[in-house]
Amino acid sequence: MLFAIDVLDLARFQFAMTTVFHFFFVPFSIGMALVTAIMETLFVFKKDEMYKKMAKFWGKIFLLSFAVGVVTGIIQEFQFGMNWSDYSRFMGDIFGAPLAIEALLAFFLESTFIGLWMFTWDRFKPALHAVMIWLVWLGTTLSAIWILAANAFMQHPTGFAINSETGRVKLVDFMAVITNPQLWVEFPHVIFGAFTTAGFAVAGMAAWQLWKKRDAVFYTKSLRIGLWVGLVAVVAAMGMGDLQTRFIIKDQPMKFAATEGIYKDTGDPAAWSLVELIDTEDHTTKADIEVPYLLSILSYHKLHGSVKGMDTVNKELEAKYGKDKNYYVPVKTLFWSFRVMAGGGMLLALVAVLGLFFSRAKNNSLARKRWLLVTLGLTLWLPFIINTCGWLITELGRYPWTVYGLYTIADSISPTTTAGQLWFTDITYFLIFSLLGGVMIYYCRRVLFHGPDADLDTNYGVSADPFAKEAFVK
Amino acid sequence: MSGLQLLWFILLAVLFIGFFFLEGFDFGVGMATRVLARDENERTQLVATIGPHWDGNEVWLITAGGAMFASYPLWYASLFSGFYILFFLVLLGLIVRGVSFEFAAHAETPRGRSIWRWALFIGSVVPPFVLGMIFTAIMQPLPIANDNGAYNVYATFGDQVNLLTVVGGVAVTLLCLMHGLNFIRLKTTGPLRDRARRLNAKLAWVLYAGEAVFAVLVFVFTDFFQKRPVSTSLIVILIVCAAVVMHVGALKNKELLSFIGSGLSLALVVGLIFNGLFPRVLIGVDPANSLLLKNASASPLTLSIMTGVTCVLLPIALAYFIWAYVVFHKRIAPLNS
Repeated sequence: MLFAIDVLDLARFQFAMTTVFHFFFVPFSIGMALVTAIMETLFVFKKDEMYKKMAKFWGKIFLLSFAVGVVTGIIQEFQFGMNWSDYSRFMGDIFGAPLAIEALLAFFLESTFIGLWMFTWDRFKPALHAVMIWLVWLGTTLSAIWILAANAFMQHPTGFAINSETGRVKLVDFMAVITNPQLWVEFPHVIFGAFTTAGFAVAGMAAWQLWKKRDAVFYTKSLRIGLWVGLVAVVAAMGMGDLQTRFIIKDQPMKFAATEGIYKDTGDPAAWSLVELIDTEDHTTKADIEVPYLLSILSYHKLHGSVKGMDTVNKELEAKYGKDKNYYVPVKTLFWSFRVMAGGGMLLALVAVLGLFFSRAKNNSLARKRWLLVTLGLTLWLPFIINTCGWLITELGRYPWTVYGLYTIADSISPTTTAGQLWFTDITYFLIFSLLGGVMIYYCRRVLFHGPDADLDTNYGVSADPFAKEAFVK
Repeated sequence: MSGLQLLWFILLAVLFIGFFFLEGFDFGVGMATRVLARDENERTQLVATIGPHWDGNEVWLITAGGAMFASYPLWYASLFSGFYILFFLVLLGLIVRGVSFEFAAHAETPRGRSIWRWALFIGSVVPPFVLGMIFTAIMQPLPIANDNGAYNVYATFGDQVNLLTVVGGVAVTLLCLMHGLNFIRLKTTGPLRDRARRLNAKLAWVLYAGEAVFAVLVFVFTDFFQKRPVSTSLIVILIVCAAVVMHVGALKNKELLSFIGSGLSLALVVGLIFNGLFPRVLIGVDPANSLLLKNASASPLTLSIMTGVTCVLLPIALAYFIWAYVVFHKRIAPLNS
């Protein structure tokens, strides 16, 4: 069966694998920079050494994530040229600039100041040192804007014309590219998702330590900071997700209909299916559990309004772009991903509220609520799954396009790349990612095991501070 | 060809020079962890010299790649897809190298530490070697097909691995090692500092031989001397001069002089390639299929926006980038075991 898999499948698999793996560490790092910065800022204002210990301790986890995020990120920039050279040629006039600006503006900022932050704990005044980590955070956040500007163009092209000689995209209005409405619903959703990820990760890791009855004060405070960040962020992410959904109903109706598993146009008002069995051959659904009115409310914030089904949208797309393409997206994946994402988001909010309530200063009973500690510990993994689901909806839902309405996935592939090369790189990436992910999780566990009091200074193995006095001959 | 296209061709050369100058010594320090250091304490001392900087140095490669995508998308697309496996090897090297710093700091056993230190070494040898191969491969005529203006490079094994590319890879690796040794001389105290100097002085003779061979191979394998006899010869002479400067600096114990010499060598090699390519960016076996600057670039609008953005952002980035080196200007002393 190996030979039924062609170059396109292998290249798509590679893109999916490398971006999904990369995107475990991206939101985690962006959010961890924020959480660490908040902790260090608390130290600056409250002058309580515990917050410094906290920033250093969770900072170690942040640095581990950042390292894996950086190295898996380089792949992305190279990959467009390597696997998707025709896409790069088609989109180069628009797509390259955000990548270059991302590097100039964001990557220089984060990489320089992360080096400064790591090695200057004892050299700079606390306030100045805290500025370093905020600049790192700013860098990570700015980088999200620019890479999403590139992605937003692929979802909803703006500010371009087609060059009549070459048939490629040509930039006409740069402001239109960066004020793309898709970008400004997508970026807040993604960035709040990133803060959510780190908030619940910190809370979850702290919960496991509380479960083991270690350092109650330190971990309770950490947990509460994590949960506050997580709660605010997850509510904001859901709100932004709602904005994005309403944008997508109009902009990419096929994607929306697929996330709701609707083949035929709904009645008015539209009912929302919680779960259903989808038959992609016959275009029917079975065993629906429906909530009346809810789809109209979700879609339009009104008690009425119908939603177009995929079959109708397909006819429209065929009329617009020709009958030679298949416009149906992977319905089941989108349908279930959406439910995991939205349901997961609500679950996170609930867990955060419970955690904050039972750990409140007046009556902290969290240590006795073993079930809640276990729940918090397990929800640590949920944001990673939710992020992935969100991207599956966004990217698979654009099928068959790489640039919506302009350029197909099949046209995007490098003509020179062979299946042999892709098998080799796919397998190698898979092995190396398994190794990196495993080692990263292992070392995070060791950091937790050693606890905040371990004087394991992670100055890249310099056991003593290399900038301490005795380290210098001068 | 417009002025903007020329400007961006030069800016790309500058970005790649920045990358080889900075990550060059970074790679060299990584190589020195096995070539120069004798025990784990010395390795740790070496890694501490680049600890705060390596990530920022690597951003120069990301910036150069992104800028190439933005300003010359066709060059970027044909180059990266044409030299598929070579770029993949560069990535592998950079991946294991990038995580090695952080992972080594967390390793609790000598064995675990040793694994990540080896990852650093391998990740410091492979990327400069393979990038050297890629950059010398594009000096030679390549099988390019027009394919409706796509200019696909169907590079065979022989186009990627031949005498010039192997010598080119070795030369770039050697230059990075020597540049790293000079950086170590500037950034350490103790036995490593003088050992680096002596090794550098010895390697200078290897470098002279390598440069002579490289010059002959460039003459045989490429059209650089025919197309631009004056400038190519001049740059080759300057490369040798830079090597002499470095050598003198090593013999007379002038560390900064050596560092400038090795840095200039790397910069001039990039200059040699860009100068010889011009006005082409990829050379076709059939000259009609060569990818030219004027065909490969982005639109004037994109180029002018990128020019404005770069003029504002690069100086700011450079300012704090240099500040980081000022903050960490002190030498790293040997660790007490």
